[in-house]
Amino acid sequence: MDRELLIVSTFCFFLAIVRTAVAIRGGAYRPAGFNFFAIALGFVFQTAFLSVRGHALGRCPLTNLFEVFIFLAWSVSLIYLLIGPAYRLSLMGAFTAPLVFGLQIFALLAPIDLRHSLKHSPTPWLELHASVSLIAYGAFALACVAGLMYLVQERQLKQRELNSMFYHFPPLTDLFAAITRLLWLGFGLLTLGIAAGFFTGQPLPYGKVAWSLGVWIFYAAILLARHLGTTAPRRIAALCVVAFSAALTLLWGITFLSQTPSM
Amino acid sequence: MHLFCVGISHHTAKVETRERFAGHAEIDRTLRAEAGCSEALLLTTCNRVEVYAAAAEAVPTERIAHCLLTAGDSLGEEVEAFYRHEAQQCVQHLFRVASGLDSMVIGETEILGQAKKAYAAARESGAAGPYLHRLFQRAFRVAKQVRTRTEITRGAVSVGSVAVDLAEQIFGNFETRKVLLLGAGEASERTARALFKRGVRDLRVSNRSLERAEALATLVGGRPVAMENWESQCREVDILISSTASPTPLLTREKLSPLLHDRLDRPLFIIDIAVPRDVAPDVNEMEGVYLYDIDSLQSIAQQSLAQRRQQISAGEEIIAGHVDEFSGWFTSPRARVMQSALELRPSES
Repeated sequence: MDRELLIVSTFCFFLAIVRTAVAIRGGAYRPAGFNFFAIALGFVFQTAFLSVRGHALGRCPLTNLFEVFIFLAWSVSLIYLLIGPAYRLSLMGAFTAPLVFGLQIFALLAPIDLRHSLKHSPTPWLELHASVSLIAYGAFALACVAGLMYLVQERQLKQRELNSMFYHFPPLTDLFAAITRLLWLGFGLLTLGIAAGFFTGQPLPYGKVAWSLGVWIFYAAILLARHLGTTAPRRIAALCVVAFSAALTLLWGITFLSQTPSM
Repeated sequence: MHLFCVGISHHTAKVETRERFAGHAEIDRTLRAEAGCSEALLLTTCNRVEVYAAAAEAVPTERIAHCLLTAGDSLGEEVEAFYRHEAQQCVQHLFRVASGLDSMVIGETEILGQAKKAYAAARESGAAGPYLHRLFQRAFRVAKQVRTRTEITRGAVSVGSVAVDLAEQIFGNFETRKVLLLGAGEASERTARALFKRGVRDLRVSNRSLERAEALATLVGGRPVAMENWESQCREVDILISSTASPTPLLTREKLSPLLHDRLDRPLFIIDIAVPRDVAPDVNEMEGVYLYDIDSLQSIAQQSLAQRRQQISAGEEIIAGHVDEFSGWFTSPRARVMQSALELRPSES
């Protein structure tokens, strides 16, 4: 039952992608409510999936790589729905939908939905650590999406080749401000998540701690470069894309290569 | 009832001809009393003179054209420049005109305002009755749909508006932005005025002649800057508009590089409308600098026009649906009842 909910959710994101692709192909892209509603509907089904799975497990559904990916996709949708309209980043939906779709389709197709015998019983600190860290990854994912939008728009401006999407981008300086806010949001949440990890009362997995600190330091360095004003916005945007790709790989590494459940 | 349109436009007649047939103060009365129209509306713009009318009997094109002339003028061969659209073609033509599909600059929106004004005047004088009321109300609806459902109005099509649109796409809000005008030519003045209209409040003008700089600064609400200080201004400004008569580039990568060192996180938009160019082309390769010269601005304006042309078929599709609906109403028993009622009305003298 829960996987069916996820399939419906994935289909909603797929519809958003198709709509965008058709509009761009027709040379007449304009951000419509359709993308927002498709993502909102997809989010409702994601939430239903996590709820059903959580009830079945009797804990926060973060027990294997499959659930981690879905929780991450849910975080990305949640933050998009919260900040997209607020910052008038309507076009962000066109970039967010493929990312969420990719995460979910990978989770559905890869043989990673494995049941583990859990070593530890869940504690509030452990659940806080895992969930907040993943929501932080959601913010970083959106910073990566905004970074990609920045790079696409910047390239069009430099090359002087403006397509029908160009005038729907948020202004370059507004987009950079949104990247900064998303970086701070993600960084704050990640700090909280890592700190909560030290209060679980369980032995610290040093590999995970090192990786998490590595991600934390990477993002701290990006924020430092941003505020010192010594790095061009284009490079900050590119770093957001690199950092999230690295963080996602590390997340997979932490959860999969260690052959242990995420909690 | 005959519903028809007779007119001339930039497609069929030169400006001298359009001027001759631009109508006169008594045109509403003349069209009804002399030409025999039950309802008549004159739409005149710089690119077209068109009469939309409803009449119980067919009215020849020559008679309408004659009404448009001022007293004493003869029709001559220019009458051949007139086109005529009847019934469904008339409806389709008006919908195309109101939507900007028939305009010289495809997708321009000024025509809609002009059509609304013409309709309001005809309503006020009593020249527009139920047929033209229904026709024009529908035309305004169609124009709105074409504008919102297609990209027909998207993108600027003149050099000045392209520059302002690009600046807006980079900076968003202009209120806190600083602009430097280098050279006090007419083109930079136009662009500066457009930026001022959009909210720029910090305008600086630098020119070889300080008097000219002061004069332009007063015109655009800015302040003059001595020519020897313009380079240092590049540390502060967000937009630089250059249009001097210098035979060699004033701004090169070597000159600009040290000035931008402290402002890496702030973009610099350079609009170089001078010929020969004031800014070396390789400045565009610098981080955070966006350089547009006259050719690149013109090329974007052309791209926008081409994109607008691609949208014509989408606009035509919307129009076709409305034309069918309107024609359905026009031939319906309800419309015939309305026609009978109109025919029973005493004719105006």
